[in-house]
Amino acid sequence: MQAFTKLKGLVAPMDRANVDTDAIIPKQFLKSIKRSGYGPFLFDEWRYEDRGEPGMDCALRPKRRDFVLNQPRYQDAQILLARENFGCGSSREHAPWAILDAGFSCVIAPSFADIFYNNCFKNGILPIVLDSAAVDQLFTECFSQPGYSLEIELESQTVRTPTGQTFTFEVDAFRKHCLLNGLDDIALTLAQADAIRDFERQRRNTAPWLA
Amino acid sequence: MAQTLFDKVWRQHIVKQNDDGSVLLYIDRHLVHEVTSPQAFEGLRMAGRKPWRAGAAIATPDHNVPTTNRDKGIADPVSRTQVEALDNNCAEFGITEFGLDDIRQGVVHVMGPEQGLILPGMTVVCGDSHTSTHGAFGAIAMGIGTSEVEHVLATQCLIQKKPKVMRINIEGELASGITGKDIALYLIGQIGTAGGTGYALEFAGAAIRSLSMEARMSLCNMAIEAGARCGMVAVDDTTIDYVKARPYAPEGELWRKATTAWSELHSDADAVFDRELSFNAADIAPQVSWGTSPEMTLPITASVPNPDDARDEVQREGWQRALAYMGLQAGTPLQEIAIDKVFIGSCTNGRIEDFRAAASMIKGGRVADHVKLALAVPGSGLVKQQAEAEGLDVIFREAGFEWREPGCSMCLAMNADRLEPGERCASTSNRNFEGRQGMGGRTHLVSPAMAAAAAIAGRFVDIRTWGKGE
Ligand code: SF4
Repeated sequence: MQAFTKLKGLVAPMDRANVDTDAIIPKQFLKSIKRSGYGPFLFDEWRYEDRGEPGMDCALRPKRRDFVLNQPRYQDAQILLARENFGCGSSREHAPWAILDAGFSCVIAPSFADIFYNNCFKNGILPIVLDSAAVDQLFTECFSQPGYSLEIELESQTVRTPTGQTFTFEVDAFRKHCLLNGLDDIALTLAQADAIRDFERQRRNTAPWLA
Repeated sequence: MAQTLFDKVWRQHIVKQNDDGSVLLYIDRHLVHEVTSPQAFEGLRMAGRKPWRAGAAIATPDHNVPTTNRDKGIADPVSRTQVEALDNNCAEFGITEFGLDDIRQGVVHVMGPEQGLILPGMTVVCGDSHTSTHGAFGAIAMGIGTSEVEHVLATQCLIQKKPKVMRINIEGELASGITGKDIALYLIGQIGTAGGTGYALEFAGAAIRSLSMEARMSLCNMAIEAGARCGMVAVDDTTIDYVKARPYAPEGELWRKATTAWSELHSDADAVFDRELSFNAADIAPQVSWGTSPEMTLPITASVPNPDDARDEVQREGWQRALAYMGLQAGTPLQEIAIDKVFIGSCTNGRIEDFRAAASMIKGGRVADHVKLALAVPGSGLVKQQAEAEGLDVIFREAGFEWREPGCSMCLAMNADRLEPGERCASTSNRNFEGRQGMGGRTHLVSPAMAAAAAIAGRFVDIRTWGKGE
């Protein structure tokens, strides 16, 4: 997994609450058996006027002009600014894969759905929770200032605005450690193999119907 | 010390307590389907890893499978590749799979309980958010992403932080015709789609105890729509009677030991919850969702709401966008909304009881002329077989429904079953998100009886009064 340490990047505002993973990456793209290639189809139904199908050349498709990610000012954005309960619905990890593939490695929102939040960390994406007032402020600044960018530092758990204002965010220690170092947690868990075997041995006595 | 049901099951599965408060949690059962697993198997292959305990995993294809002409195989080459990838991966890694030609094949969350693969007190995961279904058995059942599917395959464990626990009591008696689905929609309407975020939910109270296992599964299935990590119901005789004699259930001496242990699987009388909510069962009417989020739900007697009545600006904008997408006017009575298609099935309502309830509504009636398609899609091959043994397929067919092969079908429209732009559907599935049942499609979530009645009437009706001189 790609490590995440710090990032200075352009911000794209996704100004809707309850953005679900069906909207982030519609079901027809879930038929792929790969982890990459989802970026052009991120928010497909909002982004294009036609119905997207896997394998299409998105450069040739009619785009919805009013959709935020289609506006020239947000091209090459790396930070997605979002509203409450971002990533709700389906557990599809294709959602963070699409976000990452489209060039984003950080999402900021007042709240996230559980599974999506968790899936981000597994893919080197940092999901940041800031309070609603802070998120409101970032939206206002982002809309009013072309080229608006933020500086994110995971080590100090801070988000810095262009004026130098700083917001701090919470992130749990283990996830932070894995993200900073790009660690694969399967290897970490397998280092506990003896503990897992002990547990299984005990369980054969206490709950033999589960063995 | 008094413990909640969640705490009891959680503690029994801690392999190791980590310093940061997370635990290494042991997973008893892992259900696998074709959409969220190929990248996980690929990960194992690339790292040269094997499943830790291949016997804990059971797979079936469901999302991509056609519901007609099964004998001809899967026409869509991309879907076919994915289903074949599941077949090959299961063969390579030694995992039991109920493939397309197996009578046990079906929606993973219908297949699992039906086979007795889900037992009280288990930890259950699947790369699918509706894994919460299995909490109906007093199990901790959670949806996970593909990276975690790989993690569980490789280690039989997950790294987890204990969520907070919320008990939701539904007291009193449900009115006749009110189902687990109506309770779920009602609750989500009350607490919102993020109302359960960060919590494990326990559904309790007299009304919950009176529910069948099918109804408890429908309810727990939608715990994820309230944002919860999982939903649970305490184990009682209803649970044990359901599990008994299923193919994978323990037998003989093991069964006796198991049932003794299972009798402890309820919250202690003085257990303390992080949050507790109570509702009166008598307040729950048949529900219909009107918008593009499961929280946008109202009783059938209500009208489409006015965005001016929203609680704040974010909600007002959400309602406005939903009304535009759904093609609805504020103030329209829900009973005046006409439908184009009907879908009865899914992991929420694809069980035998659901088809019985739906059939009881249509008996003798015919699908309204303007309804273009009414689909009845059993949740598994065994549900289909049982329904046919009871003659339900005949009732559906004679009314003008199509009686299909089992799978997820129009719940998410990954196969050919879908809505066209602008089409309006009465659906027994669990999500009414934009585009969920097809690009531009408009979904109204309802119970099976409500969907069947809507098919016949051509619009939503109140099943409590419909056909009784309404
Ligand atoms: S029936 Fe629908 S919600 Fe259930 S597993 Fe299939 S796609 Fe998911």
